[in-house]
Amino acid sequence: MKTLSPPPGKPFDRLVIAVEADVFRSRQAVGRAMDRLGARVIRRTRLVTAVSEIFRNGLVYGGGAEVVITLDEADRMVWVDCTDQGPGIADLELAMKDGYTTGKGLGRGLGGAKRLVEHFEIHSVLGEGTQVRLAGRA
Amino acid sequence: MPVPHIHKILDTQRDSLLREWASTQAEEGLIRKDLFTEAEAKAQIETLYDPLAKGVAASVDQDFLDPDDDVWEDLRAALAEVTRERTKRGVSTGDMATFVLALKYPLFERLRASVTDTNGTVLMEAIAQFTRLIDSVALYCTEICIAERDKIIQRQHDEMMELATPVVELWDRIVAVPLVGTLDSMRAQEVMESTLSAIVEKKADIVIIDITGVMTVDTQVAQHLIRTAAAVRLMGAEAIISGISPRIAQTMVQLGVDTGEIRTRGSLRMALADAFRQLDTDVVIRSVRGN
Repeated sequence: MKTLSPPPGKPFDRLVIAVEADVFRSRQAVGRAMDRLGARVIRRTRLVTAVSEIFRNGLVYGGGAEVVITLDEADRMVWVDCTDQGPGIADLELAMKDGYTTGKGLGRGLGGAKRLVEHFEIHSVLGEGTQVRLAGRA
Repeated sequence: MPVPHIHKILDTQRDSLLREWASTQAEEGLIRKDLFTEAEAKAQIETLYDPLAKGVAASVDQDFLDPDDDVWEDLRAALAEVTRERTKRGVSTGDMATFVLALKYPLFERLRASVTDTNGTVLMEAIAQFTRLIDSVALYCTEICIAERDKIIQRQHDEMMELATPVVELWDRIVAVPLVGTLDSMRAQEVMESTLSAIVEKKADIVIIDITGVMTVDTQVAQHLIRTAAAVRLMGAEAIISGISPRIAQTMVQLGVDTGEIRTRGSLRMALADAFRQLDTDVVIRSVRGN
């Protein structure tokens, strides 16, 4: 599952999410990227919370994910790609809707994550996986 | 048959090899005078040397040195001992491997001096075999180092889990659960259990769950908090979630998390004042000095 061109900016970190602790580790890396750009606390919290949702989805529904973080210093943006090779999402529009979940969660993750960030795109192919790209401005 | 050559050198030149092994280590900056005395460092290389020489002696009839052979059992035990001792005092994994690898050069020099076949095949073969053996020894060291470190991490993790979920009695019938760090599913479960049993033990009517120290509240954390609050209510007590900073409040609203009927307060202080009011407890602070 690789549909997007490389994210803008220079590479900051690459991580693999295989267990729950990796979700924390990876979102801390995103926090560090925001720190690098001198982000305000509220902006940092928003991006970190958004990626936390996406990373957990990658783990729970995608069976693990690969994370790429890049820094666009000129634009003061942190870009995060989260790619999994899970079953994919059948109806993206429905999945983005608040209150909808196929699991046991609150059903706020995807829609909430989108509201928290500057840039949000999601691509999914059934049987191949899902790729989410988010970006937050520092 | 290169093994007899290695055997002969290890057997007859023990003292000079030990000396040069130590001096190669010194050249590589591996003699940590800050961590070990000279006598300790000498004892460590001797601890490794003797079982190594013994293993080579036992393989002298073989065509080659097999690192997986049982004859290295003593060497493995010695390695485990020395590696543990060194890592415990703060030697890095890489330095530990180089510590072992430093034996190669003095031995190679001696092989070159003593193996004088015309086309160099025996010498090459001897060097290749000894390299393979020492490399696998160094690799084994690295594995021990990592295993030791994993043990430390696991222990710290366990200790933190216990530390992380204290329930404190603030007042008659009021308990507080200060949460710090990340709230994964396992910890959330522990928080839930210790909170519910504290309600029974302390006969609490109000449970204040303080999340000042929780850096990120995502939907999973929110869900754990909501569930814990619901369970507290089922036990006849009331939960107040405190320590919701402005940034957490904004994030939760944008996420669309609905805390419903759960009472939330900005700080632990406000939550406590609230609890006092509800339990009709008057706290009078008298000035000791008096004005």
